[in-house]
Amino acid sequence: MNKINSKIPEGPLAEKWSNYKNHQKLVNPANKRRLDIIVVGTGLAGASAAASLGEMGFNVLNFCIQDSPRRAHSIAAQGGINAAKNYPNDGDSVYRLFYDTIKGGDYRAREANVYRLAEVSNSIIDQCVAQGVPFAREYGGLLDNRSFGGAQVSRTFYARGQTGQQLLLGAYSALSRAVHKKQVKLYTRYEMVDLVIIDGRARGIIARNLVTGKLERFAAHAVVIATGGYGNTFFLSTNAMTSNGSAAWQCYKKGAYFANPCMAQIHPTCIPVHGEFQSKLTLMSESLRNDGRIWVPKKIEDAQAIREGKLKPTDIKEEDRDYYLERRYPAFGNLVPRDVASRAAKERCDAGYGVGNTGLAVYLDFAEAINRLGRDVVEARYGNLFQMYEKIVDDNPYETPMMIYPAIHYTMGGIWVDYELMTTVPGLFAIGEANFSDHGANRLGASALMQGLADGYFVLPYTIQNYLADQISVPHFKTDAPEFEKAEKDINDRIDRLMNIKGKHSVDHIHKELGHVMWDFVGMGRDAEGLKKAIEKLKEVKKDFWTNLRIPGNKETLNMELEKALRLADFIEIGELMAHDALDREESCGGHFRLEHQTPEGEALRHDDQFSYVSCWEYQGEDKDPVMYKEALDYEFIVRQQRNYKS
Amino acid sequence: MDKDINIKVKVWRQNGPTEKGHFETYPLENISQGSSFLEMLDILNEKLINEGKEPVVFDHDCREGICGMCSLYINGHPHGPDRGITTCQLHMRRFNDGDTITVEPWRSAGFPIIKDLMVDRTAFDKIMQAGGYVSVNTGGIPDANAIPIPRDDAEMAMDAAACIGCGACVAACKNGSAMLFVSAKVSQLALLPQGRVERKRRAKAMVAKMDELGFGNCTNTGACEVECPKNISITNIARLNREFLKAKFAD
Repeated sequence: MNKINSKIPEGPLAEKWSNYKNHQKLVNPANKRRLDIIVVGTGLAGASAAASLGEMGFNVLNFCIQDSPRRAHSIAAQGGINAAKNYPNDGDSVYRLFYDTIKGGDYRAREANVYRLAEVSNSIIDQCVAQGVPFAREYGGLLDNRSFGGAQVSRTFYARGQTGQQLLLGAYSALSRAVHKKQVKLYTRYEMVDLVIIDGRARGIIARNLVTGKLERFAAHAVVIATGGYGNTFFLSTNAMTSNGSAAWQCYKKGAYFANPCMAQIHPTCIPVHGEFQSKLTLMSESLRNDGRIWVPKKIEDAQAIREGKLKPTDIKEEDRDYYLERRYPAFGNLVPRDVASRAAKERCDAGYGVGNTGLAVYLDFAEAINRLGRDVVEARYGNLFQMYEKIVDDNPYETPMMIYPAIHYTMGGIWVDYELMTTVPGLFAIGEANFSDHGANRLGASALMQGLADGYFVLPYTIQNYLADQISVPHFKTDAPEFEKAEKDINDRIDRLMNIKGKHSVDHIHKELGHVMWDFVGMGRDAEGLKKAIEKLKEVKKDFWTNLRIPGNKETLNMELEKALRLADFIEIGELMAHDALDREESCGGHFRLEHQTPEGEALRHDDQFSYVSCWEYQGEDKDPVMYKEALDYEFIVRQQRNYKS
Repeated sequence: MDKDINIKVKVWRQNGPTEKGHFETYPLENISQGSSFLEMLDILNEKLINEGKEPVVFDHDCREGICGMCSLYINGHPHGPDRGITTCQLHMRRFNDGDTITVEPWRSAGFPIIKDLMVDRTAFDKIMQAGGYVSVNTGGIPDANAIPIPRDDAEMAMDAAACIGCGACVAACKNGSAMLFVSAKVSQLALLPQGRVERKRRAKAMVAKMDELGFGNCTNTGACEVECPKNISITNIARLNREFLKAKFAD
């Protein structure tokens, strides 16, 4: 049965959020004390939500898998956070931020959600400054801005190349204060392993204590998922090693719809893969594209000589270089959105112009910027990124161009949520990267931080009350209900099944197999034939996993291989759903590029008449095909166009 | 040019907090110098799993030098022989063919061992909870540009705020002192107008919690600064001492 009701408020675009807040139900202070909320995850979305809900008076239980909330992967975001402050007086506004985000997402996001995001963006900057986040400033003492891809204004606030770190530490400090005031109880090194539903509502979770290996039960009036994206399905990605999609997947298996699973972002500026033993890819911030120029050799024989080590990039004369982004997209140049930049790099490398010993790399060159600005200025802007690059690659980017190649970075798809950020399971909410809501088919740079903090500080704390207002007479839950018993038994059985396979392959070995299938067939360029092949191959990977896996040690203790195995079991199934969704969506949009659907110039070709919808997948049971429902995307306020970054 | 090298890794193995630990030595062949130190440990673990043995437990996550999770004491140095980096940013080109590399956990009373190379650093969270924040609720905040902040102050605050909370300073210190960690947060907030309102309360509360949790005193040996992966300066400790004394005199 289709449960989709996006609950978009009535009225003009700019008034929807105000109207909602003016008419939503609230919970009074005395009643807030009676209500428990579980927040899973402590990244920007989770930490800001847990702190804000705690301050408001709810009892919050906050979980993270790391040893401290401050380790969540939001910490690694480098470049910045967008807001429509218009401090540089360059013509920015809430409407422009909204418009750029919708267009950047290739018209596959909801207008009302994105407008709200742009609307609250300014409050985020105010909030962070008040917490003591040391954003970059001008000599006059006011905040500085820089530009990011997909925009013609400078609206990105930053703290050197560590903006995510500083924003997360701000949220973490607010969370620490809430813990001190006993408004939030913190559970570190705990991993959610199942969602508990009672009478159709989310009422708790089962979590595994990662130090003791014991399963524990936690009950609440509402559950908030803030566990990030599923980019590690590809094994190699810019995500942290423990970033995973399992909490979202458990919700999907318990009835929450999963939206747009095929929409994954491939970031154009990552350090290229260097060997089979590699465990992780490193991102180089998009901010580098402010001053770096991307090129490959114009002559195919030069590219070949470079690959063979006979020529160095500095040997190639200016007129023999192809600055292909500047050539193809004169208006935006090196600052085109990520999906466009990634595909352009792949196009040049596939045509034989790639550099590096694998041929899967392009140059990001700072020579011109160093000439224009001086080495000091370049160092002040990007010093830490240059140092990071040099440590990994052993090349000095002040002297020779960086080599970069696209890699999986972010997933726009995620748990389906309505305007209130509630999933199709009443009482279950999803925020930040874990939901699908605001980025459509492609996320713009510096917008993930914005969305995570918007959801956590300024959206969920309102909308969750509209649900909880009806729950004030429901007493605190006990965890001895049969639903908890069954959930715990199910996950315990699953763990036993994994431990008893006693095969011959490590988790990583099988995860690499999965990664190869995903990258080759569900990666940057997809077609029907490849996707069908992927679906077949994923069945084999799944079979391999369930028959050949080896987990040393035992379950009731700290066992990192078991942790990884539980996550990989879900990644394989997520990969299957991604492939199904990608096959189903017979158009190109944003990060989803179907080779059969491109313009004569090789740009993504949308089919708005057929595919202007969010695909919402409903789980039907083990080994049964999921059912897809469509949430129509009706554009009331802006006219969809072919994205144009050329003029 | 990166080559393949043969090495021996001497690793601290310890089954639990109360169990006795010991070193085990594992030979590894054909390790690319282009691989990171943690990728080398991944290769070791893959080998151990294939031999039916338990892999070495160690903390790691972002592998980009920013989450602060990795925490290995390599050849007598927190985060290894290189300067200004975390363990995950250390590469095998820092080592030579035939080397024996000793890998231990952080060793400090404040950080009990959980298993092998993994330690419990919740003490740092507790110090933060005691006062490492500006007491503002969400919402009702003045415009971000309402208070101009001199650029140099903002930059100095950012220098201090770069701390990743890894605990290398404690592991490097012969007294097991957490002063560099505490001073980084106290400095950051004392340098900014938003944090100045509570500066006295913050300095006293964080120092008291640090003492309560069993961290040692600072005797200005400066080992913390040398080993800090983010080059946090010990001038922050001087600032913390000033903040603390001023707060005490005001009592």
